[in-house]
Amino acid sequence: MSKRPVKVTVNGTVYEREVEPRLLLADFLRHTLGLTGTHVGCEHGVCGACTVLIDGDSMRSCLLFAVQLDGCRVETVESLGTVNRLNPLQEAFREHHALQCGFCTPGMLMTTTDLMRKYPLATDDDIREGLSGNLCRCTGYEHIVNAIRAAVDAGKGGGR
Amino acid sequence: MRGHKEAASRMKPPAFDYILADSVDSAVAALAAAGGDAKILAGGQSLVPMLNFRLLKPSVLVDINRIPGLASIEDAGDAIRVGALTRHHKLETSPLIAQHFPVLACAMTHVAHLAIRNRGSIGGSLSHADPAAELPMLALLLDAALTIASPKGRRTLAARDFFIDALTVDLAADEVVTEITLPKLPPSTGWGFEEVARRSGDFALAAVAATVTVADGRITEARIAMTGVAPTPRRVDEAEDMLVGKVLSPGALNGTIASVRAAAEPATDLHASADFRRHLVGVLAGRALRAAWRRACGDAP
Repeated sequence: MSKRPVKVTVNGTVYEREVEPRLLLADFLRHTLGLTGTHVGCEHGVCGACTVLIDGDSMRSCLLFAVQLDGCRVETVESLGTVNRLNPLQEAFREHHALQCGFCTPGMLMTTTDLMRKYPLATDDDIREGLSGNLCRCTGYEHIVNAIRAAVDAGKGGGR
Repeated sequence: MRGHKEAASRMKPPAFDYILADSVDSAVAALAAAGGDAKILAGGQSLVPMLNFRLLKPSVLVDINRIPGLASIEDAGDAIRVGALTRHHKLETSPLIAQHFPVLACAMTHVAHLAIRNRGSIGGSLSHADPAAELPMLALLLDAALTIASPKGRRTLAARDFFIDALTVDLAADEVVTEITLPKLPPSTGWGFEEVARRSGDFALAAVAATVTVADGRITEARIAMTGVAPTPRRVDEAEDMLVGKVLSPGALNGTIASVRAAAEPATDLHASADFRRHLVGVLAGRALRAAWRRACGDAP
């Protein structure tokens, strides 16, 4: 099947590439663009590790084809902060030990970025509900919930 | 690993030709041209996993995501019209839906997870017809009508006639659902929605949605729909009829619950036994009906 041109803005940089229609966005990000911060776990939309933002909305990059995103804006975990300059949510994850192996963390961070914009996350139950589509096999989730609680409260001016 | 030679081995879905449709007419023309071997790509939240597993190998995918005007929610007077490409999250947060169908807004929060709801479309969910999905049940509850396009023109079909079997609907290979019409509910109608799933956002082990319309303290119309307990979602007509003319007394409720359980045809799987599902659907029907009754009587928001 012939390749198609696609022009996508990823983390503020415009990329123009030729892609096979069946190339998943997750593989486009990792292998075509070399942006390996997006992790690929289950490849069928269950684990949430590959979650990125498309035009501001969180979506599974293993359930989208790169060819569909012509003209779209994609944000990956690389857009949040750097090792030396974490963003407030990443800093909260670090401070509350919200990761161990780190495999699920990019998806956790991108999902939470969208959740914090769309829902008040007033209770820990709301946070757990919001994270129910992201699997973590290390932490038991407690520290992730604590980190997000802290980030949400800090965002409201509540401090930590 | 830019431009790596092994890139082809990383392709998980089978190869397909990709057609980006710019109108419904061009989409159904592309379906017809492929002679039954094409699939519509809407949100892709059920289709792409099946492609990644290679359970499906369509030769053509017809992407309808960029067709203008297919994702609107409009007040048409006595009904709300919802474009088939409307995403679940938009339905969940639409003021029009919240005003006229709060039961639908509530049900949408149970559909998978935010990242799925941001992309998944209602036309896709209805056409896929998972036997434990929420939206097909809501379409039945709300007496929805589906507008279906093909190269021959448009037809309208009641949701009741659309769902045939598990993952099987009355939709030909060259047809696509374009719109769902939801007739507004009568005044003094209350609603209830109850679901039990193993994990928040999972498909339902069983779920029930109900509405109760009350006049002069008695039920004039009851609707009960259930999912997860049969190959398709079901309306429970016998149970609905039993409630008309009555108050929701414990006796009336018990009879209704028994009727709901009798109408269920649950299956046993890894997650729950058929007996458990049959018991559960009755419990959920009782809760949903009590909530609907309280709301119809003005005793609950």
